[in-house]
Amino acid sequence: MSLIRFLRRSAWDQERARELESYLAIETDENIARGMTPAEARDAARRKLGNATLVREEIYQMNTVRLVDSAWRDLKYGARLLRFNPAFAIVAILSLALGIGANTAIFQLLDAIRIRTLPVKNPGELLELRIAEPVGGRTGQFSGRRPSLTNALWEQIRTRQQVFSDVFAWSGVGFDLTTSGEARTAQGLWVSGDFFNGLGVPALIGRTLTRDDDRRGCAAPAAVLGYGFWQREYGGDPSVVGRSITLDGHPFPIVGVAPASFFGVEVGRAFDVAVPLCAEPISRGTRSALDKRAVWFLGAMGRLKPGLSVDQARAQLASISAPIFKETLPDYRAEDAKHYLEFKIGAYPAGTGISQLRRQYESPLWLLLATTTLVLLIACANLANLMLARATAREREIAVRLAIGASRGRIVRQLLAESLLIAAVGAATGALLAQWLSRFLVNFLTTDNNRVFVALSLDWRIFAFTAALAVVTCLIFGLAPAMRATGTAPAAAMKTGSRGSTDGRERFGIRRALVVAQVALSLVLVVGAVLFVRSLRNLLTLDAGFQQNGILVVNMDLRRVGLPEERRRAVFADITAKLAAIPGVSSAAQALIVPVSGSGWNNNIVINGKKYPDPVNFNEVSAGYFRTMGTPILAGRDFDERDTPGGEKVVIVTQLFTQKYFAGQNPIGQTFQIDEAPGQPRPLCRIIGVVKDTKYTDLREEFVPIGYFTSSQAEKPDPFLQVALRSNAPLTSITPAVTAVLGQVNSNIIVQFQTLPAMVRDSLMRERLMATLSGFFGALAALIATIGLYGVMSYMVARRRNEIGIRIALGADRRAVVGMVMREAGLLLAAGVVVGTALAVAAARTAATLLFGLRPGDPATLAMAAIGLGTVAMLASYLPALRAARLQPTEALREE
Amino acid sequence: MLQGTLDLLILKTLAIGPAHGHSVAYAIERQSDEVLQVEHGSLYPALHRLEDRGWIASFWGTSENNRRARYYRLTPAGRKQLAAQTNRWDEIVRAVNRILRPA
Repeated sequence: MSLIRFLRRSAWDQERARELESYLAIETDENIARGMTPAEARDAARRKLGNATLVREEIYQMNTVRLVDSAWRDLKYGARLLRFNPAFAIVAILSLALGIGANTAIFQLLDAIRIRTLPVKNPGELLELRIAEPVGGRTGQFSGRRPSLTNALWEQIRTRQQVFSDVFAWSGVGFDLTTSGEARTAQGLWVSGDFFNGLGVPALIGRTLTRDDDRRGCAAPAAVLGYGFWQREYGGDPSVVGRSITLDGHPFPIVGVAPASFFGVEVGRAFDVAVPLCAEPISRGTRSALDKRAVWFLGAMGRLKPGLSVDQARAQLASISAPIFKETLPDYRAEDAKHYLEFKIGAYPAGTGISQLRRQYESPLWLLLATTTLVLLIACANLANLMLARATAREREIAVRLAIGASRGRIVRQLLAESLLIAAVGAATGALLAQWLSRFLVNFLTTDNNRVFVALSLDWRIFAFTAALAVVTCLIFGLAPAMRATGTAPAAAMKTGSRGSTDGRERFGIRRALVVAQVALSLVLVVGAVLFVRSLRNLLTLDAGFQQNGILVVNMDLRRVGLPEERRRAVFADITAKLAAIPGVSSAAQALIVPVSGSGWNNNIVINGKKYPDPVNFNEVSAGYFRTMGTPILAGRDFDERDTPGGEKVVIVTQLFTQKYFAGQNPIGQTFQIDEAPGQPRPLCRIIGVVKDTKYTDLREEFVPIGYFTSSQAEKPDPFLQVALRSNAPLTSITPAVTAVLGQVNSNIIVQFQTLPAMVRDSLMRERLMATLSGFFGALAALIATIGLYGVMSYMVARRRNEIGIRIALGADRRAVVGMVMREAGLLLAAGVVVGTALAVAAARTAATLLFGLRPGDPATLAMAAIGLGTVAMLASYLPALRAARLQPTEALREE
Repeated sequence: MLQGTLDLLILKTLAIGPAHGHSVAYAIERQSDEVLQVEHGSLYPALHRLEDRGWIASFWGTSENNRRARYYRLTPAGRKQLAAQTNRWDEIVRAVNRILRPA
């Protein structure tokens, strides 16, 4: 049988019909010729031919692949049923799609930042090099996103190691693409010569960097562009090789472009431009860290030589550690030096790259994955319930079809087709949703200052897994009742709907159990949602000690102004005054560190010769800072013109500082010293004022003692200035004026703006993410569970129409009927809430570290969640109860 | 009628010349002196099956009394098949006869 004939079997059937018609015509003609009347002739012809329809059917069957044909018809029939019952279809498909989509999306993200290996040659051979379990901690200055090593250490490791075929180091840095006005930053990398070769990443066009590019003192070092940057900035123009790019005001010849898949070694970020490490002094000038032994700013990796194990590598590194640390000892105090000399270089598997994003988001993402798994389970339970209800409702239809001769297999196949249709549409919608949702998540994590780059692709494993789960659920719960229905004798099944017979208790039992499970699981999610939302609220409403609204932070880069060090203090004060004079700005002050920016500076202090072990946080601000930030001065005075560079060093401290170090004394006039390295001067710092406690690096931390020095006494300021402005006007309207003022001062100043509320918001990203997503999933779970309860109650009311009708006819109060239904619903709900509370208390413990100002078992939260869910669910059950109470007994009884 | 004999009879009838379903049915009845009665309807699935195997081909034509009718003719493959099936039939008949009337 040909395929064409199969596809054209209807046309073929028409052809047969015509042929049979032609037979009848000829036979009729001949019958008339034999002397019959036309009517007799026609009838006789028909008898002679036999059953024409049967003939056509026989031929039709011959043209058909029977299974395909019936499957296709089953699908069409299923689709028609779903169209007739859109509420069922939408609920079933959407809940599946959300469950599958959310799981796939979260897993995709988790896979991208946690599981997937770097897109480089044999990532399994890569080991990261850093100090193994530092004893006593490292001292010095830390910069970059992976401050594992100093340059001196890196150079020593490079020359002494023998276990790696390649070693390379890198440091992340922001390069400025502009030379004046508002800053435009590129994500830069300083890389050692073997970076690209060591990773086994070839250039897409041009070449990558080599050891020859990375020679100390290089004057015009080569630059390699990242693929995304090349596309964004140059439109993917290949002639870019040979041109030059200006970074921090210096031209770098472009020698090549990296391939699209390569984003660097830090997962969650994509580098824009990579230049050799020898270019570091070009950007940093005299602040270059290459010869500073206490500046930690490099990350390093090595590729293990073939045949060597990680343990062998570790052993060799441990054996060369002592000479390396001895050779590179910075000017430390005795205590720090002792620790330093005890350090060992460790090697850690780095095939999946390194990532800050991973550290911050790994546990939230696992938690979210658990959440979405629960959502999927609830959706499956709901689906099971819906399928059961449908199968039961169609029991009679099935019985009728069996009675008129449908085969059992045929009916089971048809129900199967329907279930598969729901699962397939749900899964397909879920796959689309996953793409959208994972992009939404990446956008959520991206801020102005932190462009998150995650290579996302549809993860087929998890999609297949979740989709299979959905299909299996559909099949089990769509088929089991069908099998049973087709198993019973049609006569019995047709009778079950009638009066007097009882419904299978057992089947109803499954439905109740499913609803209890749904309520319990959704309560867990609702509790989670309330916990995260309240944590976020606690953080947003806490008294941080400053008024964030209306603060604009202006960062200025004056490296290209060429200001001598001794003049900087005066120029900075002048710029600050000019900014404060901008109309609409109520006050302005310099601040070395802005709260919640994540930066920090701490030192140990010495009071009357006694050294205190816990370091104290410091900051350096100008007069008017506390007024600008809205932090009240509780005692003493603000900085003013008395605090001159040569004069006594003054300091303003927080309340907690005075409580900790000068409890019971008047803090004003007290003195302490900074525990400087030996040989450094240790001037006496005199306390002139006390301010309210404020948060320092992070809103989540406890208040810590803080000391503020004044910028008017700053020694050797760097060519960077940060000023906080307070204004009642919208902050975006202030920025043009600031740029204009700075342009008048010097056209080579590069400026960057941030608002404090945005910084606070960004610092709470993780909390916002958890609150948003857990809130969404909690609401979703509650909704699905409510639908489930509503479904079961409606079903129960429908099944018990007769009984309720009789009760009402016999004089039952309608309120009693409502009460009866609501009692039933309440019982299911209560069982779910009890189980759910126990589960929630256990589950919340895993989220303890992500909470703020709440305990995981917080009773108020549990109560809020249970009452919220209970109220919605009871309202949903009220509808069927009302329907039951409005039942007209005569109608209900007449119906059967 | 014996399984498979209808196919053979149709092929034999068409060996004389193209014919439509109605005349094939009557031809079989007539030539067997009304011994073999075919249910005319059952002829069509058989015709369809034979056409499917490529032994006969069909076309629309006009009947003796000016009616549109679907005509069938034997294909070369059908002619070979007719010869093979006739031989086979003879063998069977001889075999059956040997059993029924031993010499």
